[in-house]
Amino acid sequence: MSNIPSDLKYASSHEWVRNEGDGVVTVGITEHAQGLLGDMVFVDLPDVGDEFAAGDDCAVAESVKAASDIYAPVAGEIVAINEELEDAPENVNNDAYGDGWLFKIKMEDASELDELLDAEGYAESIDEE
Amino acid sequence: MTNRTVLFDKHIEAGAKMVDFHGWEMPINYGSQIEEHHAVRQDAGMFDVSHMTIVDVKGADAKRFLQHLLANDVAKLTVAGKALYTGMLNEQGGVIDDLIVYFFNEEFYRLVVNSATREKDLAWLTKQSADYSVEITEQPDWAMIAVQGPNAKSKVATLLNENQLAAVEGMKPFFGVQAGELFIATTGYTGEAGYEIMLAPELAANFWQQLLDAGVKPAGLGARDTLRLEAGMNLYGLDMDETVSPLAANMGWTIAWQPEERDFIGRSALETQKAQGTEQLVGLVMEQKGVLRSGLKVIAEQGEGTITSGTFSPTLGHSIAMARVPAGVNVGDTVQVEMRKKLVEVQVVKAGFVRNGKSVL
Repeated sequence: MSNIPSDLKYASSHEWVRNEGDGVVTVGITEHAQGLLGDMVFVDLPDVGDEFAAGDDCAVAESVKAASDIYAPVAGEIVAINEELEDAPENVNNDAYGDGWLFKIKMEDASELDELLDAEGYAESIDEE
Repeated sequence: MTNRTVLFDKHIEAGAKMVDFHGWEMPINYGSQIEEHHAVRQDAGMFDVSHMTIVDVKGADAKRFLQHLLANDVAKLTVAGKALYTGMLNEQGGVIDDLIVYFFNEEFYRLVVNSATREKDLAWLTKQSADYSVEITEQPDWAMIAVQGPNAKSKVATLLNENQLAAVEGMKPFFGVQAGELFIATTGYTGEAGYEIMLAPELAANFWQQLLDAGVKPAGLGARDTLRLEAGMNLYGLDMDETVSPLAANMGWTIAWQPEERDFIGRSALETQKAQGTEQLVGLVMEQKGVLRSGLKVIAEQGEGTITSGTFSPTLGHSIAMARVPAGVNVGDTVQVEMRKKLVEVQVVKAGFVRNGKSVL
């Protein structure tokens, strides 16, 4: 029932990925994931310049209820982080696909995008939970 | 089959996210538990607590029975409507439940006990009352609404008639009064002023709506937990249970040792524990990023302890917790908590972090 924009790609671990062109993607967590976690109180982001393989844990979203690891959906180097979340972690709750973005990755291999789920595939994956 | 309170439809109308809470379908939040928390600290919020168990104890032996059953002494209650917080202990001095007892007269008391412990509480009451002339009657249908916050009383007042207003006028904390169709008590679980109101089920939905119209915000179990933890109030099952002495759960003040001849259940075990010394329940404060959670290990010079309840404090903006630690750990000490494979330093404080909207640290 939650909002799953059709122009994004998804990981089954509840990250969304927006292709910004030039090999850069923006990553956040889905509306469904923020709903499960509840009110966000801290978001621990990686540093710009950090490098991750696809599937590495690279950030932590901590809500009143629980701490949840966030995984790099594709391999690459962090080129930007959403510093506003330091003071406004609730942006992840209020605008998961907009102001609640977490970080941007410069992809090592753009073809990894094709391995992610589309909106329909993600919707099915959360139905099965 | 999960139970639903008579206010179920009102929760759905208000957009509640419902969860299973010990067999009851209850609202965890209505969108944001942090906003609900702030509403209670800064204005007025309300909780459906109809799942709680209300038990009336009546009869010629009511006083004598409760003096045996409870660690606190109902003989302290001499003014009609006065209430008392107490543990109900087993013979080993463990806490079967914590509860509030209201006094009407020496042959009529009312207990409010936890819903999660309802069955064992009722079984224990029945078993222990066998040799007493008392009648134990549960009031399973009653609704109960807690209205809490600095503006709670004034908002409730707009719903009361002249006689009800007169009945609650100047009522001190920890009192209850039957005011027309409402039983209104100055109790709560948030550290704010306010009322807990018991009423007949057929009146509850309308009363809830009137409170909404008066500007009282609905608040769910999520906010209830962060509010009670900030107030340093125990949650049964986390901060104490049947294996924990009230002396190790910050409930020493609820044990009435005098008169010495009062033989309440658990007394001799408690006397031994007191002589030997017990662990203690303290508060922890962590100002850096992260959230202390129940079950995490606490490491002090005197030995290891455990966090019993932990959360992010919306009022303070950092994490707080209650922890059971060895004797000898003092307020002001720094101890370590094992978090996500790292040791983090936290401060030991008295369990109790926020009262009446303000930090007490």
